[in-house]
Amino acid sequence: MKNKSSFFLIPYLMWLLLFVAMPIILLTVNAFTDTQGQISLTNLRAFLANGACLKMMVNSFWYALLITGLTLLVSYPLALVIANCRHQRLWLLLVILPTWINLLLKTYAFIGLLGQHGLVNQALQFFGVAPRQLLFTKAAFVVVAAYIEIPFMVLPIYDSLHALDKQIVAAARDLGANAWQTFWRVIWPLTLPGVRAGVQAVFIPSLSLFIITRLIGGNKVITLGTAIEEYFLTTMNWHMGSMIGVILIVIMVLVLLATSGKEQNR
Amino acid sequence: MRKLGKALYLVFAFILLYLPIVYLAYFSFSSGQDMVHFQHFSWVHYQALWADKNLIAIFLQTILLAILSSLIATAIGTCGAWGIFRLRGVQRKTLLVFNNVLMVAPDVIIGASFLICFTALGIGLSFWSVLLSHIAFSIPIVVLMVLPRLHDLDLTLIDAAQDLGAGKGLIFNQIILPEIMPGILSGLFMALTYSLDDFAVTFFVTGNGFTTLSVEIYSRARQGINLEINALSTVMLLVVLLLAGGYLFLTRQHDISLGARS
Repeated sequence: MKNKSSFFLIPYLMWLLLFVAMPIILLTVNAFTDTQGQISLTNLRAFLANGACLKMMVNSFWYALLITGLTLLVSYPLALVIANCRHQRLWLLLVILPTWINLLLKTYAFIGLLGQHGLVNQALQFFGVAPRQLLFTKAAFVVVAAYIEIPFMVLPIYDSLHALDKQIVAAARDLGANAWQTFWRVIWPLTLPGVRAGVQAVFIPSLSLFIITRLIGGNKVITLGTAIEEYFLTTMNWHMGSMIGVILIVIMVLVLLATSGKEQNR
Repeated sequence: MRKLGKALYLVFAFILLYLPIVYLAYFSFSSGQDMVHFQHFSWVHYQALWADKNLIAIFLQTILLAILSSLIATAIGTCGAWGIFRLRGVQRKTLLVFNNVLMVAPDVIIGASFLICFTALGIGLSFWSVLLSHIAFSIPIVVLMVLPRLHDLDLTLIDAAQDLGAGKGLIFNQIILPEIMPGILSGLFMALTYSLDDFAVTFFVTGNGFTTLSVEIYSRARQGINLEINALSTVMLLVVLLLAGGYLFLTRQHDISLGARS
C-alpha cells in the first residue's frame, strides 16, 4: 500500500515542486540578484534608499488599514443584524452572491456610478452639493475596495456571532448590563476571533490589489500590488519587482502573526 | 423602534451591496452610450455583443480553459488528497502546509512568480502557460475539498471488501470513489469558478495570442464606458444566478441525505 500511495502522489509532488517550491525560490533569487545575475542586495538597498518606494509601502499599508476599518464598520452591524433575524441562511446567501460576480465587473460598475454625471454625483446634487470629481481619487479607491471586501468580513464575524452562546448575553442583561455594556463587555470580546479572521481576509488582499487602483484610483494610488505589476509588466525590472514581492510576503506574514498571536496568549 | 432600526440597516446594507450590480445591468438595456441617462429600452447592446465574433471567440476560449484546467486539477488534486491521506505525521503536515501556500498567496505574487518560472523553464507565454497556471492554482482547493471526505471514509468497509476478495481496483471503484464523489464534485466546481473568475494571474502569464474574458474586460474598461460590457455583465450575472441556484439545490439535497444517514 505504501508504494501505491507514493505512486498516487507523483503528479501532486511534481505540482508542488514546479508551482509552489520553484516560484518561491525563483522569486527570492530574483529579488537578491542584480541585473548581471550577481548575488547582491542592490534591490533592497535601492528600495530602502528610494524615498518614493518607502512612501509607497507606508501608503499601501495605510490604505489597507483604512479599507479594513471601513469594511469592519459596515460589516459588523450587518453580521449582528443577520445573526439576530429570521431567514439567516437566505440573508447570508445574499451576502455571498456578489462575491461570485467577477471583481472586474463590480469595479467597472463604479466607473459609471462615480462618473462626472453618475448616480452618486446626481444624488449629491439633489442634496445641494455641487458635482465633483469622484473617480480617480484616493477616497474612491478606498470605498470601492471596501465594497468588494464586505462579504469576506461579514462571513467570519457572522460565524462567531452564530456560535455565541445566547444564554451568556441573556445572563449579562439579567445582571443589569445595558445594551451597550452587553455589547462592549460580552459580545465584542467573544466575537474577536471572527473579527480577526475577517481582518486577515481583508487586510492582506488590500495590500496587493491592483485592478481597483488602476481602474478607480487612476494613477494616484500605488499599492504594493500595483508596484509589482508595474515593475514586471511595464518597466520590465523583474529583480526590483521580485524584491517588492518578497517585501509584500514578509509584511503579510507579519500581519498574520500579529493578528493570530494574541489568541494563543489567552 | 430598535427593530425598525435593524430592518433599516439591513435594507441599507443590501442596497449598498446590490446597487452597483443592478446599475450595471439596468444600463445594458439603454439605447444610449453612457451610464448617465437611460435613453429608452433596447436590445442594441446585446445585438452588438452577439455580433462581436471576437468576443464570442474569447468567451469560448475562457470556457474551454476553465473546463480543461478544472478537470486536470481535479484529477491531480484527488490523487494528491489520497496520497496525503495515506501519509502520517510530519510528512503529512509538511505537505498540507505547502498545499496552502497558493491558497493564501496574493494573486499578484502568484502571477509574477509563475511568470518568472515559465521564463526560466523556457515555456512561451500562450494558451499553455495560462492553462498550466490555472491548473496550478486550482489544485490546492480540490485537495481541501476531497480530504475531509476521505477522513469520513469507513475503513472497516475496505477491510470487509478485502476479506471478501475484492481487488484494489474494485475497492476503489465500488467503495472509495462513490464515498468521496461529493468532495470531488465540489472541488471540480470550485476549480471551475476559480478559473472563470481569475484575472490577475492570467494577466501576468498570458501572451499576445491568448486572452480570457476577464483580461478582455479589463482592457476595454480601461478605455472607459462601453455598454457592450454592461450587456456582457448582465449575461454573466444570469449565469452566476443559475449556477448559485443549482449549487444551492444540490447542497440542499445533499443536506437531506446527510440528515437521513445520521
